[in-house]
Amino acid sequence: MEKMQCQCGHENPPGTILCESCGRSLTEKEQNSKLVDMRYEGTARRSQTYNKSIIDKIWNFFSSVKVGVSIIVVLLVASAIGTILPQHMYVPATGEAAIRDYYADVYGVVGQIYHFLGFHDLYSSFWFIILVGMLAISLIIASLDRFVPLHRSLKNQRVLRHYSFMNKQRIFAEGEGAEDSFQKAESKLKELKYKVSTDKNGLLAEKGRFSRWGPYVNHIGLIIFLFGVMLRMMPGFYVDETLWIREGETRSIPDAPGYYLESESFALETYTGEEEEARFGDAIERVGSVVKNYQTDVVLYQSQEGSLPGSADEKEVLTEYPIRVNQPLKFDGYALYQMDYKLNELKSMTFVLTNKASQEASEEFTIDLINPADFYELEDGSTVELLGYYPDFDGFENGEPRTATPLPNNPGFLVEMVTPETPEGETSFIIIQETIEPFGENQYELKFQSAETRHVSGLTVRKDRTLPILGLGGLIFMIGVAQGMYFNHRRFWIQQKADGTFILAGHTNKNWYGLKKDLDEVSSFASLPAYTDQQEEIEKQEKKEGDEVK
Amino acid sequence: MSLADISANLLYIAFIAYLIASFVFGGAVKGNKEGSFASEKRWGNVAFTITIIGFIANLGYFFTRWAAAGHPPLSNMFEFTTAFGMTLVGGFIILYSLYRTPVLGMFVLPIALLIIAYASMFPRELSPLIPALQTNWLAIHVSTVVIAEGILAISAGAGLIYLLKVVDQTKKSKQRFWLESLMYSLVLVLGFVIISSFFTLTNYEADFTYVDQDGRDSSITYEMPPIFGMNEYVALTEEAMTPLVSTPAVVHAGKLTTVTWSVLIGTILYWLIRLVSRRRISQIFQPMLKNVNLQLMDEINYRAIIIGFPLFTLGGLIFAMIWAQIAWSRFWGWDPKEVWALITFLFYAAYLHLRLGKGWQGEKSAWLAVIGFAIIMFNLIVVNLIIAGLHSYA
Ligand code: HEM
Repeated sequence: MEKMQCQCGHENPPGTILCESCGRSLTEKEQNSKLVDMRYEGTARRSQTYNKSIIDKIWNFFSSVKVGVSIIVVLLVASAIGTILPQHMYVPATGEAAIRDYYADVYGVVGQIYHFLGFHDLYSSFWFIILVGMLAISLIIASLDRFVPLHRSLKNQRVLRHYSFMNKQRIFAEGEGAEDSFQKAESKLKELKYKVSTDKNGLLAEKGRFSRWGPYVNHIGLIIFLFGVMLRMMPGFYVDETLWIREGETRSIPDAPGYYLESESFALETYTGEEEEARFGDAIERVGSVVKNYQTDVVLYQSQEGSLPGSADEKEVLTEYPIRVNQPLKFDGYALYQMDYKLNELKSMTFVLTNKASQEASEEFTIDLINPADFYELEDGSTVELLGYYPDFDGFENGEPRTATPLPNNPGFLVEMVTPETPEGETSFIIIQETIEPFGENQYELKFQSAETRHVSGLTVRKDRTLPILGLGGLIFMIGVAQGMYFNHRRFWIQQKADGTFILAGHTNKNWYGLKKDLDEVSSFASLPAYTDQQEEIEKQEKKEGDEVK
Repeated sequence: MSLADISANLLYIAFIAYLIASFVFGGAVKGNKEGSFASEKRWGNVAFTITIIGFIANLGYFFTRWAAAGHPPLSNMFEFTTAFGMTLVGGFIILYSLYRTPVLGMFVLPIALLIIAYASMFPRELSPLIPALQTNWLAIHVSTVVIAEGILAISAGAGLIYLLKVVDQTKKSKQRFWLESLMYSLVLVLGFVIISSFFTLTNYEADFTYVDQDGRDSSITYEMPPIFGMNEYVALTEEAMTPLVSTPAVVHAGKLTTVTWSVLIGTILYWLIRLVSRRRISQIFQPMLKNVNLQLMDEINYRAIIIGFPLFTLGGLIFAMIWAQIAWSRFWGWDPKEVWALITFLFYAAYLHLRLGKGWQGEKSAWLAVIGFAIIMFNLIVVNLIIAGLHSYA
């Protein structure tokens, strides 16, 4: 395309609507309209100029506000669909098949369809992520398409504009002034914090230009935010692990090499409704009970430089801390959160070896349910050997006992008891409240005496190095929004013609009321000619014509 | 009198003041038949003064309750919804001081009344905070959100006035249908308030046990005669009516019963109004709006969003994310409430782009503002009470 030559001699880039130098209208459409379109200062936007190559087409597609809004609306609707039924992470089922069945069982056909369409995991679905990506592309292209030419033209503003530019502004005045109007207007505008530049017989007063960058600044904020979100998919930026830790245990913290955590105790407190809390009595009575606090008291250790991983003694205490909801333990970019708990997990069980006939019992011995010993020697020389341990016994498989999980929820023990009276040994299988003797009646049995329990804390280990980026994005977004919305770009052009009369034009990107207030002040102080709001005139005219037709 | 009682009484005072102010605003607008704005201005000022008094009482309610509970009263459905009613009036006060438009008060105050009345149907005792809420972020996040929503709702109020004035009531059209549907849904809320007050005053209660969707045994107390019965229900209260229809476990029959009663009563009320006045509700209002300055309504609509949108972004997304990161270890979890905050944000972003980029002003903008309010109400009512999640109050 060719450059566009204006009558004033200035060469404008192809696609320009208003001459960059003098402001004359360059297109026929613009020449015929009553007011100029000042939205992007009449500059040449790439999207409005080229439409040949495939790149042009893609550029134009993404720079269109219509397309941008469509993407936003599609995202909005998709997000809403994802809330019709709970997302998979909020249903009490794990494993793909179990989740599918859950939707079918609980929500029937609707649930089946929902699951079939992948809506149970909508927000990490391929198409949803593509949509977000399209939003980001649209943000970038639409912003560049407008920002670059706008910046260029606002940077090179001329003071003197052609008459046809001035009289097609919404605010326009023409007529007699006083002798010193020009100087007085200049000083008043300066007083109102306008930046004033003069050229020969003309003046340009400008204020709040930076507000024009508001939309681009806020879009940059959004892009930074989206970039941060994307980064978390990279390894190393993001840690999300669960750490189940029992009271008294010390464990290495997953994905945090060199750090160890000891749980001293876990506590769950509920509101009592007494004394201080009496005011909540009614509410507590209505709902049954309300939790007041979940807390794990922990000690954080770090292994010494150079020590072998896992070697117990070389650990240095870093801190002791009560982890509570809303009060995570933070260290070295990590944070540990109180997320879950399990009360009263079995810790150990205590037995005695008893002669069934005489009811004579040995002394007590205790089996640790996490790391059980294989062999227990008693005072009278009897021994108990643990042949098999099934922490979460849930039945037999091919005659073998089976455990559902490694957690001691329902421990089962296969033991061999050897006593001076039964030197060949007797085998028995013990679960809670039941003893099975697989090889016939035994003379001895293990009698359950007592059990010890303890609480387990479910902690989340989190490290998220993208947070500062997200924060920055959010901050920039807010700054951009405030910049674009609460400030506006006001300009006045004033010229004193050779015959002493004045022409004046005013423009703002928003808030015409504010602009007029400024102008009223200047006009009355400097005795400038009265202005008209040409847009209002046009609307009045149209309304009158409309009324006449009726 | 305890602090909590003082607080409750202050809320009554606010309610009554808003009620009176609504009528005075209405009178100011109606009295302005010839379009002489002098009397409108005078009565408008009287009504505004009453509104301010009510608002001060309302703030009094808020802070005395804060003192009584020891935490900001923003922690359950009653408290949050009441606060929304209060910030709606607050938003109105801001925009009234800018534009002096009694007609806005005539519409916004009754909506605020409806919201506060609706809120009062929920349990009102002081309730203790669960661990996730025990932080200053409760006050920071929730109050910013509720203020933003109050201001955004003003834009819907201005939009509603715009629509009531411009939508042609003489011809059948989509606009006429939707506008009337909007008025109808406001009447339904009134229906809910009436029927639940009725059954509360008559102390209606019926207990049932049932089996929930995960197969657990649970129990429920109906506060209205059970139209729908819960999954495998067993009645515990003797004289109570037997549910007419039993429902599968996914349906919460108790809530469905409440909704059904409200729709029933609301619909009866709606048709009564129509029969007595022989007009659609939107038609009743239209003549009062003869002198409304449409451009001004459009301006208020936009201005309210300019104030409300950034505040909402700050409170509903940014503060929300910071808190979620602290309390739940992740700043975002696609919980329904979070998603609906995002939807609200995206919706108003779309509004701004359509307005600035596509020139959607006037009627189109007005419709969008009203839809925005619908989204906010959806998030407040449906998401809290029906789509359960981490944020669920019920
Ligand atoms: C969620 C995503 C988006 C948000 C939150 C957002 C936000 C905003 C805001 C707050 C403004 C400034 C309004 C004002 O100053 O009054 C704005 C302006 C604008 N946005 Fe976006 N935007 C988003 C996406 C997009 C997309 C996808 C496009 C692509 C076409 C786009 C194009 C524009 C344009 C062209 C302007 C106005 C520039 C002007 O005419 O002065 N935005 N945006």
